[in-house]
Amino acid sequence: MNEQSTESQRPGVAISASQARGNIALKTLSLAEEKTKIAVQNLNLYYGNDRALNDINLAIPEKRVTAFIGPSGCGKSTLLRCFNRMNDLVDICRIEGRILIDGNDIYARGVDVAELRRNVGMVFQKPNPFPKSIYENVAYGLRLQGVNSKRLLDEVVERSLRAAALWDEVKDRLHDNAFGLSGGQQQRLVIARAIAIEPEVILLDEPASALDPISTLKIEELINELKDQYTIIIVTHNMQQAARVSDYTAFMYMGDLIEYGDTDTLFTNPSKKQTEDYITGRYG
Amino acid sequence: MKDWFKSGSPWIWLNGGAVAISMIMVIGLIGLIAVRGFGHFWAADVALIKTTDHEGKTSVMLGELVRSQTIPTTVARDAGYHVPEGIDLVTRHLIKQGNRDQFGRDFIWLLGLGMAPFEYPEDVYVIERREWGNFYGQPVALLRSGETVASAAETDFREQLQAAVTRSLELHKRIKRLEKRDIGRINRDLERLRLDERSLELQDPPAAVRNAEEQRIEERRAVLDAEYAVLRQELDLLYTETKRDSLRMRMSNDQEVDINLATIVRVTAPNAMSVPAKLGQYVERLWEFLSDDPREANTEGGIFPAIFGTISMVFVMSIMVTPFGILAAIYLREYARQGPVLKLIRISVYNLAGVPSIVYGVFGLGFFVYFLGGNIDRLFYEAALPSPTFGTPGLFWASLTLALLTLPIVIVSTEEGLARIPSTIRQGSLALGATKAETLWKVVVPLATPAMMTGLILAIARAAGEVAPLMLVGVVKLAPTLPVDGTFPFVHLERKIMHLGFHIYDVGFQSPNVEAARPLVYATALILVILIVILNLTAISIRNHLRERYRSASD
Repeated sequence: MNEQSTESQRPGVAISASQARGNIALKTLSLAEEKTKIAVQNLNLYYGNDRALNDINLAIPEKRVTAFIGPSGCGKSTLLRCFNRMNDLVDICRIEGRILIDGNDIYARGVDVAELRRNVGMVFQKPNPFPKSIYENVAYGLRLQGVNSKRLLDEVVERSLRAAALWDEVKDRLHDNAFGLSGGQQQRLVIARAIAIEPEVILLDEPASALDPISTLKIEELINELKDQYTIIIVTHNMQQAARVSDYTAFMYMGDLIEYGDTDTLFTNPSKKQTEDYITGRYG
Repeated sequence: MKDWFKSGSPWIWLNGGAVAISMIMVIGLIGLIAVRGFGHFWAADVALIKTTDHEGKTSVMLGELVRSQTIPTTVARDAGYHVPEGIDLVTRHLIKQGNRDQFGRDFIWLLGLGMAPFEYPEDVYVIERREWGNFYGQPVALLRSGETVASAAETDFREQLQAAVTRSLELHKRIKRLEKRDIGRINRDLERLRLDERSLELQDPPAAVRNAEEQRIEERRAVLDAEYAVLRQELDLLYTETKRDSLRMRMSNDQEVDINLATIVRVTAPNAMSVPAKLGQYVERLWEFLSDDPREANTEGGIFPAIFGTISMVFVMSIMVTPFGILAAIYLREYARQGPVLKLIRISVYNLAGVPSIVYGVFGLGFFVYFLGGNIDRLFYEAALPSPTFGTPGLFWASLTLALLTLPIVIVSTEEGLARIPSTIRQGSLALGATKAETLWKVVVPLATPAMMTGLILAIARAAGEVAPLMLVGVVKLAPTLPVDGTFPFVHLERKIMHLGFHIYDVGFQSPNVEAARPLVYATALILVILIVILNLTAISIRNHLRERYRSASD
């Protein structure tokens, strides 16, 4: 993929995923053949008395990129935050139903939330590096786990920054403050920080919405590279982005999961009227 | 006109004017105390004033002109001056004539009538003395054991006198050191022995132990007494030495007075001095003011103990208020359940900042000094009772009272700082598997440090200038010792301290010699302002440094 192809396709909204990938990957995908990493079963979520998610059932495949799309307020970010229990921070939030990761219910009694979050990393909309050096940002998660060996930390920091395609840009100033990086670099730093503790799942909550097009492109390339090792779930407003980076797409509307399937089919041949309306830009 | 109003320029003028007036007031205040205070250290010329009164009697006097004013003749007549008819206004001069031991008072108002132009004879000496203030006069001779060794007519008289003064100052320094350090140490050891003896009585141990202890005390006391006898002898010798020389001076009324060099701090001849020499003198006197102990009921000498006391009190207060305030703020903001109870607590804390400070002083005296201090004495310093150790006002209680007074300030600004940390940063840490406590201490609190420093800056500014509560809980007119010295445990939190704010009050309003004290009030006030500015600037630079480090996180 290069910038030109993105440019030329900008006017059209409904584009096929394979088209967006520059017709490179033409492998047909099918949910039925995938190994399920996260299973959502009859999930209802309430903020006080308001129901924000209605009876969601979803199986997220392992080592694939799954995108959640939908208009603002449809509950896609809320659903994403259920996977690492970030919703626990909201006092009035209540959950019914089950979410299984590798068959274990993460909302069961006695689950160590910190342990869960080490396993399910998350990257937020706005880059949020800590007020520390670049090195310390990446090493933060490991230090929390009590790793203090300089050799091991050096190794992990380098590997993570390389994996996040940031190493070459920052290797000479690892001990500078992370706030000195540009927005796109900060976001990749945050991704490096997330993968430094080797999670199995990475949640991306509109990771490129605050970035310029070139930084967005780099993040998308990064997602493509990371999906061999991690199960990635991305929430995005940008349908082209969903089409470009994801293997599977779920369309949500008003707290309901409307349609879920492989990205090519969903964008080219949606089975629901609402989906079609949304991806052709009729509302949202 | 209407257009002018619409253009918005009236607002600019209004706002700009407000700023300008504030600036003028601040600069005027600082300027006034600076001029009044620091003029005092300049070696003023000494005038020879010849006055002829209405009966034709002439009188001569020596002195420094302090200030002049013009008054109506009626006022002058009411004050007992003789003013001829036909004059409406007269000028009068305030003259510092010194020689308080001779003339009774050292400041005098003189009417300008019948006054010859001032003369400034070069051989007038100003002698700063340890007691009785300045002496003004003309030198006659230097005496050694009653014999004249040099007369004022000799060309090298000045050098000989200076050598003798230097010698006597050197002796004085040795005496002070002997008294303060060596004899002071012996006295402390003796006091400790007395306390040991007393605790022996209180504990009443078995006879064997008791006898051994008593014997130890007896032996030690004998050693100390012997040491003291040696020192005493040395001291007596020094005292006789220092009394050897004296200076014979002639006053303005032609009377001659012998002044012992032991009582002299400095001899100058301001009328003969060039401007650079006066500048050197100025720096020397200013330094003396900053670094010396006060003399003569605080109206002479320096203010070092007050500076030191103020700084040490602010330090101890900061050490106490910072952790307390920060921990309390973290609990209120991060852990406590937000609800009506918390709201009530918060309002109470905020309102504490508005309680008049003297109320804190009363609380400090009643609770800290008498209750806490009294109990500490009963528990740990029983042997020293009935003389109290902590059960009396002192540095620790003064600092603690001020810490209480400034606690709301630190809590409020820390809370605001914590509230400003973006939630995304917390979530970022939590998402990496950090617990709430880890997130707090590794990410949130470091980010909030600039706000905490702001709170501390405000607290310091408030505490350093506070006087009223301190009078109750530990500040005194004259503290014989500093709270930090070379004897174990080096920092003596139970000692009473001097304080610049209280010093201003004391010198200005409690002093027997108002005119002599006036410039010192201004000088001390300026030092207090400078000290607070320095403390603040230090804290602000630390805060800016921290802010730079966490720059864009708070955007």
